[in-house]
Amino acid sequence: MSERGRLRTAKDLDWLAAEGLRTLYPAQPKVLVGAASCGRAAGAVDVLKAAREEVARLGLAWRVAETGCIGWCSEEPLLDLWLPGHGRVSYGRVKPADARRIVRAAASGKPDLRQALAWMAGDENPCTAAHTPYTQGSNGWFAGLPEYAELPMFARQARIVLRNSGIIDPTSLEEYAARGGYRALLRALTELQPEDVLREVTRSGLRGRGGAGFPTGEKWRRVREAAGKTKYVICNADEGDPGAYMDRAVLEGDPHSVLEGMAIGAYGMGAREGVIYVRAEYPLAVERLRTAIEQAERAGLLGEDIFGSGFSFRVRIVRGAGAFVCGEETALIASVEGHVGEPRPRPPYPAQQGLWGQPTCINNVETWANVPVILLRGGAWYARIGTERSKGTKVFSLVGNVRNTGLIEVPMGITLGEIVEQIGGGGREGHTIKAVQIGGPSGGCIPAEQFHLPVDYESLVQAGSIMGSGGLVVLDTGNCMVDVARYFLEFLEEESCGKCFPCRVGTQRLREMLSRICAGQGTEADLALLEDLCWVVRETSLCGLGQTAPNPVLTTLRYFHHEYLAHVRERRCPAKVCRELITYFIEPTLCDGCHACVQVCATEAILGEKKAVHRIDNSKCIRCGACLEVCQPKAVQVI
Amino acid sequence: MPKLYINNLSVEVERGTTVLEAARFLGFPVPTLCHNDGLTPYGACRLCVVEVQNARGSRLLSACTLPAEDGLVVFTHSERVERARKLLLEMYVATCPQSKTIQDLASRYGIRQVRLAPAWADCIQCGLCVRMCEQQMMAGAIGFAYRGPKRRVARPFDKTSERCRQCGACLYICPVCELRCHGRQAETTLCSGCLNFAPACLDFHDHAMCYLDPCLACELAGPHRQDLLLPSGIGWASSGKEKGELP
Repeated sequence: MSERGRLRTAKDLDWLAAEGLRTLYPAQPKVLVGAASCGRAAGAVDVLKAAREEVARLGLAWRVAETGCIGWCSEEPLLDLWLPGHGRVSYGRVKPADARRIVRAAASGKPDLRQALAWMAGDENPCTAAHTPYTQGSNGWFAGLPEYAELPMFARQARIVLRNSGIIDPTSLEEYAARGGYRALLRALTELQPEDVLREVTRSGLRGRGGAGFPTGEKWRRVREAAGKTKYVICNADEGDPGAYMDRAVLEGDPHSVLEGMAIGAYGMGAREGVIYVRAEYPLAVERLRTAIEQAERAGLLGEDIFGSGFSFRVRIVRGAGAFVCGEETALIASVEGHVGEPRPRPPYPAQQGLWGQPTCINNVETWANVPVILLRGGAWYARIGTERSKGTKVFSLVGNVRNTGLIEVPMGITLGEIVEQIGGGGREGHTIKAVQIGGPSGGCIPAEQFHLPVDYESLVQAGSIMGSGGLVVLDTGNCMVDVARYFLEFLEEESCGKCFPCRVGTQRLREMLSRICAGQGTEADLALLEDLCWVVRETSLCGLGQTAPNPVLTTLRYFHHEYLAHVRERRCPAKVCRELITYFIEPTLCDGCHACVQVCATEAILGEKKAVHRIDNSKCIRCGACLEVCQPKAVQVI
Repeated sequence: MPKLYINNLSVEVERGTTVLEAARFLGFPVPTLCHNDGLTPYGACRLCVVEVQNARGSRLLSACTLPAEDGLVVFTHSERVERARKLLLEMYVATCPQSKTIQDLASRYGIRQVRLAPAWADCIQCGLCVRMCEQQMMAGAIGFAYRGPKRRVARPFDKTSERCRQCGACLYICPVCELRCHGRQAETTLCSGCLNFAPACLDFHDHAMCYLDPCLACELAGPHRQDLLLPSGIGWASSGKEKGELP
């Protein structure tokens, strides 16, 4: 922490940044472990501990630090080695023993490159437009390794929101400052009028990253112009889409960027108080935020009279209680006020009457994290990235049946095909990618024939989906689209608050009908009724949850009608997923009688002696698929 | 005073008026199930949706919660609105097939066929009882519990609250659960069934439920009646038979 106490001037910030540079790019080697929630789930805490112990045991003066998620989630836990003058090298799937070995080898002078994935020759900083080279010229040490910029997964990315994630230690205010942090706030408070801030954000064309894409500058202006003595800014960190974790990564990897964005917004809108509404299922994000708020307050970057400008701003954290619907802004406000998290109809919008009835600006984590860069580089610079109506970048969590899964940030306008094929590296063996599910439960499935579509708000809505907060699930021929729709409706039925009738009853009825179709009990009349129900739920539901709930059904009905027809006409599941519609059997010519399937079968449905051909008793078989997985000669088959 | 257009008729209303009030003032019958003039608007039944036009197109919004603003262009019975109401009513009938209020509304909208299986629920969660209790009776003895498909009207911890005066206002305002007060002299007493030792709700209706514990009528009949009375939980109460046999 700053020994100078509160920062007052640009010089103080320079000093803080200089402190940060010393640990960010130290003269000694440094070990970095990606210890966000994703890394921890893979075992990063043990790796970190092992690295610390080994460094201590060898008596080295190296720094061993945590860092955020760099996005390469399929290779976690990741351990990075900073070797001054040579660059930074990333190791994947590191176990504690590997960590010790890597540290030992590096201490002996030459790094061990087993398990090394790639090396980094430098980093870009969108805040300052600076490129920091880690090494002079080519590097003999990492000759056989790809450089990060050469990897297809990273080459197509543009990292603005994730600028510091995986680079800095998220618990270090100094390192954030060293990457140009709090410069934007300093600039706003000392050089700009609130109107200038609004103008800059409007010019950037930034739109809400929570999913709906409302122009941020316009929202800010409405809050600024709304009548009301007290105004609030809120950061919506109630990220709940299944398989989406963009906001978590930002909060865990770079919490100060969100605080800085909020402070700038508050200055622009004339607010003095901010709330970060973060879901309680993100304990690490909450911890990181607490640390960051404490540090910022001690350094005078939050609190009274920031940078001597007279502007004061405080932030507090409110934790959600596990309701998906609280990501809807009016439900979020109700929850912050201590009421049941149920939405209320808009208008009036929160910009007119929000928290405690006062004008309130709610933006998502990713939106806030964009703000400091916009202020430093200018709205015009930001507006050069992206398409005509969708500016900047978007973070996606790329998951599903694709080779490289992880967190990616891409410029708007990139096509879905480029994301799936180049960044994602294509599908798994034996299957063809047929769709992406984009935008979480509110989004829809976009078929492979539409992969030429650019990622922008309008194109995705036209295709029947929404941009959403950034979930991107790749589906292939092994996924049944009816089953996918049923899964999302099951989620929504459970998460609907139940206040308004069409959403509560509609999602329930839709889920029931989809379950029936999956069980082979649907009729063609059901498909017509399905469309009618979808229409009325979308048109009449009270909040965004209900209004978008039919999207998974509508898009699959539109693009994968043949799969629905196969279910209702032929009682057949083309992807061989719906249990009621498939039969397992053993191909006698392939079975070698190894008995493996007999051993895993939980219902004793497989008959046959060892070394003899087995067969499946279908009256006992529950179609769990356990035998399919263990059968080496691929004799177990599904029809 | 904001001036708005409803079905191409212009109307000037006082600030703070809702579109529903304005439409009804002009004589357009907008159906509602969760609205009552004496209670705050809730916007949950969605039957009062109207089509609101603006420069970017049009959308359906609930009239009961929509403040009348200057220049608003509203259609209360457009094709889109009617289709939405019809489908909603089809869902309502399937949810509560036994409710006369819903049957009447559905019949007015020409619904002849319901494609969904009946659910035989006795609550549509319009929230009228909850608001009535809180805002007019100043009791706040009931509220909503749980979420989504599990959501229901409940008393705190499923026990009668001290704040409940058993006034029966919740019964009075409920648009759906007519079953509850099928006593022999329903016109004159709240639930006359218990008075003459023939609780209709217990004998003839499996899904009867009673918010009153004990029922006011039963209490009048004497303390010995209390034990047979009635489901202690609100919501999907079972028939009282589970609690005790009739003497």
